[in-house]
Amino acid sequence: MKKKITALLVSSFLIGSVASADGPTVESVSASLDSTWVMIAAFLVFFMHAGFAMVESGFTRSKNTLNILMKNILTVSIASVLYFLVGYGFMFGSTGGGFIGIDSFALAGVEDIGFFVFQAVFAATCATIISGAVAERIKLGSYMVLTILMTGFIYPVVGHWIWQGDGWLTALGFVDFAGSTVVHLTGALGAIVAVKFLGARIGKYSNGKVNVIPGSNIPLGALGVFILWFGWFGFNGGSTLAADPSLVPSVIATTLLSASCGVLSTAFYSLLKFKRIDASLTLNGALAGLVGITAGAADVSLVGSIIIGLVAGIILIEAVQFIDRGLKLDDPVGAIAVHGVCGIWGTVAVGLFATSGGLFYGGGASLLGVQALGVAAVIVWTVATVGLSIFIMMKVSPIRVSREEEIAGLDFAEHGSSAYEFRDSILTDSSPKVATDFGSGLVQRLDSLGTKTKNA
Amino acid sequence: MKKVEAIIRPENFQALRDKLEEIGINGLTVSEVAGCGQQKGQQGLFRGNTFEIKLLPKVKVEMVVEPEFVDEIVQIIQATCSTNTIGDGKIFIIPIENAIRIRTGEDGIQAIV
Repeated sequence: MKKKITALLVSSFLIGSVASADGPTVESVSASLDSTWVMIAAFLVFFMHAGFAMVESGFTRSKNTLNILMKNILTVSIASVLYFLVGYGFMFGSTGGGFIGIDSFALAGVEDIGFFVFQAVFAATCATIISGAVAERIKLGSYMVLTILMTGFIYPVVGHWIWQGDGWLTALGFVDFAGSTVVHLTGALGAIVAVKFLGARIGKYSNGKVNVIPGSNIPLGALGVFILWFGWFGFNGGSTLAADPSLVPSVIATTLLSASCGVLSTAFYSLLKFKRIDASLTLNGALAGLVGITAGAADVSLVGSIIIGLVAGIILIEAVQFIDRGLKLDDPVGAIAVHGVCGIWGTVAVGLFATSGGLFYGGGASLLGVQALGVAAVIVWTVATVGLSIFIMMKVSPIRVSREEEIAGLDFAEHGSSAYEFRDSILTDSSPKVATDFGSGLVQRLDSLGTKTKNA
Repeated sequence: MKKVEAIIRPENFQALRDKLEEIGINGLTVSEVAGCGQQKGQQGLFRGNTFEIKLLPKVKVEMVVEPEFVDEIVQIIQATCSTNTIGDGKIFIIPIENAIRIRTGEDGIQAIV
């Protein structure tokens, strides 16, 4: 083994020195830059999983936090391995009738490993969208099965249609730059079907009333939104697949503007509608703007991105309300509205705002028609496959935890411990000799009470 | 011995504690509590849905004292914790049978001074 490594090192050293003897060429430097940019973008997209984990932890109750964290880290791990084994092949292998890839499994014959890395973290993003919507009640095992199906098969097929180059939607001229449809809509459709089968959390709807189940830690959720926004610069910016100075900055700019306008319009519209700026909806507003611009980031103007973001924020609030009160689908983090409804909006918006081919730029309605057709096709495919999968899973065993487990919280039921040990000295059986910090939080709070009025 | 138990607005706690210290009341037990009474709850908003917060946060201050201190303590509580609006809280006075200091075993008045 040691010999092998030494041999490898020596040979790579030799190759390196040969290359330097020739001197770097324009092509080799440009290839290095492209590869570096795509890798940095992949890291950013990977970091989005921290964002998802924090948003979901913050917007749900503290008794289920550990479960949410486990779902998120298992998702990215399952997705990476499965996408290597089969997902990449189904998505980017040679086409079988424009519908599905038929080779390149386990990356056989694939030279661009960096492209695989970038695509693998995308696959994980699609699957993790589901985890927020089904939070606080799905069995971990059932969720894992769903993740395997999503990242190994359902998502790669959608990706093949749109991103492989020979896919049937690509042939029609369908545009989805970074995945409003491929990643976000597909994930959200998985979520909506899973939520429909699962039912609402206990206590969400009673006697026709819609009850509020407040999130346990909105600062954590806000941190998650900032992380997602940060990661999105890689999600959209890296989808250029090259460090192209004529494209990357404009993609980053449309991403920034649309997200900002998503926040502004959500805040303003919630003020109009509810007389107050709803904090968690406004946080979602950033994500609405980001999902909205993902399809058209490279094809719309900066003004176009502003309009897309503004509309996404309004659509978000209406969609959250309609899903929550109209459809009575219990989605604790708003994943279906953010990724699904805004994903559709972003995809259709390309048909309106694309500077070449968009309806508003004199391109006629044909692109708009193709975009709508693509959305419809992805809806049919994902709903059918996810629906059938969950239907079969439920024949084998229930996908929802028992009532007792749900009330006690999934942390203890599924993992044997809790994310937050508020009362260490009461819960643990080994009692420390001096519990000096017991109740220190309470003391600090009480000490700070009224100091404001005192100083004033 | 009597126990004086006051449920007060959290923002009035610090002023009360300072005044009690001035007259030499150093033994206190304080808890954060939630309660309801004549004061109406608040209306909350989360993700576009309104909800009623029926219980409001209060602070409970408990002290066990010799009977002759009770009137003065009640006056101090009223003076520092009244805002003349509904929701200022209540004072309860409860007779105490005995008190024992855990460390030394002293009981009665000896245990609380």
